[in-house]
Amino acid sequence: MTHIVVDPVTRIEGHLRIEAEVENGSVQNAWSSATMFRGIELILRGRDPRDAWAFAQRICGVCTTVHAIASIRAVEDAIGAEPPPNARLLRQIIMATQMIQDHVVHFYHLHALDWVDIVSALSADPAATARLAQSISDWPLSSAVYFRGVQERVQTFVDRGQLGPFGNAYWGHPSYRLPPEANLLAVAHYLEALDWQREVVKIHAILGGKNPHLQNFLVGGMASPVDPNEQASINVGSIAQMKSLAADALEFVTKVYMPDLMAIASFYTDWAAIGGGVGNYMSYGEYPEGEAPNAPMFLPSGIIRNRDLANVLPLDPGLITESVTHSWYEDRDGAPLHPFQGETNPSYTGPAPPYDRLDTEGKYSWLKSPRYDGAPMEVGPLARMLVAYGRGHPRVQELVGSVLSQLGVGPEVLFSTLGRVAARGIETQLLAERLDGWIDELAENMGRGDLRIADNSKWDPSSWPREATGAGMHEAPRGSLGHWVHIRDGSIANYQCIVPSTWNAGPRDGQGQPGPYEAALLGTPVADLEQPIEILRTVHSFDPCIACGVHVLDGRGNLRAKVKVL
Amino acid sequence: MAAKGDWLVGELERRGVTRREFAAFCSTVAGILMLPRSAGAELAQAMATGRKPTLVWLEFQDCAGNTESFLRAARPSAADILLDTLSVDYHETIMAAAGHQAEAVLQDTVSGQSGQYLVVVEGSIPTGANGAYCTIGGRSALDIVREVCGSAQATIAVGTCAAFGGIPAAAPNPTGALSVADAVPGIRNLINLPACPANAANLAALVVYFVTYGRWPPLDGLRRPLFAYGKTIHDNCERRAHYDAGQYVELWGDEGHRKGYCLYKVGCKGPVCFQNCPEVGWNEGTNWPVGCGHPCLGCAEPDFWDKMTPFYAHLDGFPGFNRQTHIDKVGAWGTLGVAAAFGAHALIQIARRRGTGDAQDDSAETGETS
Ligand code: SF4
Ligand code: SF4
Repeated sequence: MTHIVVDPVTRIEGHLRIEAEVENGSVQNAWSSATMFRGIELILRGRDPRDAWAFAQRICGVCTTVHAIASIRAVEDAIGAEPPPNARLLRQIIMATQMIQDHVVHFYHLHALDWVDIVSALSADPAATARLAQSISDWPLSSAVYFRGVQERVQTFVDRGQLGPFGNAYWGHPSYRLPPEANLLAVAHYLEALDWQREVVKIHAILGGKNPHLQNFLVGGMASPVDPNEQASINVGSIAQMKSLAADALEFVTKVYMPDLMAIASFYTDWAAIGGGVGNYMSYGEYPEGEAPNAPMFLPSGIIRNRDLANVLPLDPGLITESVTHSWYEDRDGAPLHPFQGETNPSYTGPAPPYDRLDTEGKYSWLKSPRYDGAPMEVGPLARMLVAYGRGHPRVQELVGSVLSQLGVGPEVLFSTLGRVAARGIETQLLAERLDGWIDELAENMGRGDLRIADNSKWDPSSWPREATGAGMHEAPRGSLGHWVHIRDGSIANYQCIVPSTWNAGPRDGQGQPGPYEAALLGTPVADLEQPIEILRTVHSFDPCIACGVHVLDGRGNLRAKVKVL
Repeated sequence: MAAKGDWLVGELERRGVTRREFAAFCSTVAGILMLPRSAGAELAQAMATGRKPTLVWLEFQDCAGNTESFLRAARPSAADILLDTLSVDYHETIMAAAGHQAEAVLQDTVSGQSGQYLVVVEGSIPTGANGAYCTIGGRSALDIVREVCGSAQATIAVGTCAAFGGIPAAAPNPTGALSVADAVPGIRNLINLPACPANAANLAALVVYFVTYGRWPPLDGLRRPLFAYGKTIHDNCERRAHYDAGQYVELWGDEGHRKGYCLYKVGCKGPVCFQNCPEVGWNEGTNWPVGCGHPCLGCAEPDFWDKMTPFYAHLDGFPGFNRQTHIDKVGAWGTLGVAAAFGAHALIQIARRRGTGDAQDDSAETGETS
């Protein structure tokens, strides 16, 4: 049994450490540890609830919209503000753009280098790459001349002897399986996607002034005025600009991302049997298609237990508990608690830095272990697509069916590392197709003369109850996100977040049940202990976002969670 | 500077960026830097012939917002130019290597290129719990930042967290978070590029300036480059005429809001925030926060999470707001107390700004690198 450590896990957001025991070439045991936190929930206490979104937004600069959305929803729920249709549609466009951009960046810039060997691209025949590219897509940048240019660029880069961000990686590792021409194709698209992501987020800049950290969120609505005929508002020109950016996004996703994903996946089908994990999936549902509280969601909510796609259960937020048995917090009696009765008393008992190994028998992470009805849940694109598939979402069933038939496999392969990669692509395709429709709905609504962007009746704190609690749920790119706020006398008495990466990256619970990362790593092959690329493949398939996960902290050890679920 | 050659221009041509476009990029940068147009040629010359300087990008208590901002660097292909102009040897969010291979890269840079590499720090540095609030490879952030910045040629603290402590240091600062300046006493050649996050256009311009001249541009008293932080938002705001005319947004979505009136009454901090957002814009000049209809948060100023909040409370008693315009006491909640703290802060800022000449002299001294 060899104990290995991967720290820092790179190409993620935040600070993550994986320790694992490897025997006979596969992982027997794994521990996931988050090694940074800031205490943003505590910083929020005592502040104006209308400011909370800006603070919460800084939990993550990668998914730069998601905490702002969850925060304004939580405060609106507490004070009874009702955002008008324009605000809902503006949020829809912002959320979908975030999802699309984030998923593509994850695939090319955070995950691809686990599957794509840049060095091998140097020995590719550009003509073969051109043939491959043209056989899978009619994307115009596909000539041999173009790929030769990319190859020369990479060659120049390598020849200069300064490999920069590509230095000292696992190049040449035997588990890189793409032929050189496919590697060259992927490298070319890595660079194209770098340009593309700058363009697509201009939708965010048009609406929110800038990306990252757009600035048009508002409790009760959105701060971007709409008026078809005003230069200083979202007008017909902005609509036209957004529609064109959305069309470009759809084209890139359809003609570059999805074909690349399918081509790369076809060389790694063994990863459809690796990295399964806990087998339970959760989605809060997202993209309400109307103002009513029970309006249908474009992506449905639900719970799947033990991979049973035929029985998608309704979601009951009251069944969420958190355990701190293996987290650096005080643990009174060891019983898992509903987060709103829970206490967050940090108490670091790990080794003093610098350290080599964590005490994996005891406490070993700043993340808690959230559970649903006592069970660990995987959240994220795979969970959402499985719930939608199980609930009979027609377009999701169609897209899943087409991916499975192209790879020549059955639905059971979805529960895997490769399944996560595929689900992220399917979801991106789905939302890129839907985005334009929401832009049209916004145009139609303002065209009808509805220029309302906010519920101003609840802006003044004197209109609020003396004491109120509220929940804001959101499906972020990485999964189910919830914010809970308790407002007293116009200011925040308590604030709680349970975020996607806490669900996925959390440590073992009091029963010893591993979290989704830990479970998914079991049985993962490791060919070379010095270069555990396989561990990165599975961990990256979840798209870790650790700064999000770790924020529940009170340095003085006196945060008492009092928020009730509504 | 070794390895002379026309490699960059060659590189650019290979990927279809002509000499003309490159020259245009350089004059755009010169514009942002507020240098004479002729400086564009000088920048182009330096970038095309210099060796790629090594850059190490450290992330501590951050949200990766500045990293994301950096990835949005503007056309013509500034991201390309920067990725190829610099050798970004260590950057956890984008680098291929992981684990001890990643740590080895950092160690090689620190020991092999001592005094010759640039560091960008993103995020604050926690000092509580003996450093256990942020560890990388088992080492504390404090330990890493002292070692890496201690041997660097120069350091850029990017974003308000690294520059001034930012959100982790907001009251009650649960983790004892510090800015780079406070975490590494006596640090050499530090420049602060605050904002939440910093604008890619300013970061690109700053790096090009450094590559060209081997030193930092003139700085203000808070070690911010004057080219980007020399004037307030309010000085150059497109809504300024409405401010002067007493035309304000009163309610979200009202006629004034739709017509682009001034956001002062709904809390705009533009009058006390020094940054060039209105001139350079965001995302290649697509828009900027006040442009979209939301007040400025004052994100480039120290302690803005404490001093600029509540964000929707309007500034009170700001010097210069001496027209006879009647400003209602919108949102009486706590406004007065905050405004008092704020007024003092604003005055300090203005006093600092008056000392611009001194700051410049100061930077001529400290901004030099060897
Ligand atoms: S300054 Fe803002 S954008 Fe930068 S790391 Fe801090 S919170 Fe994120
Ligand atoms: S107060 Fe704000 S919106 Fe008004 S002119 Fe000044 S910077 Fe612009």
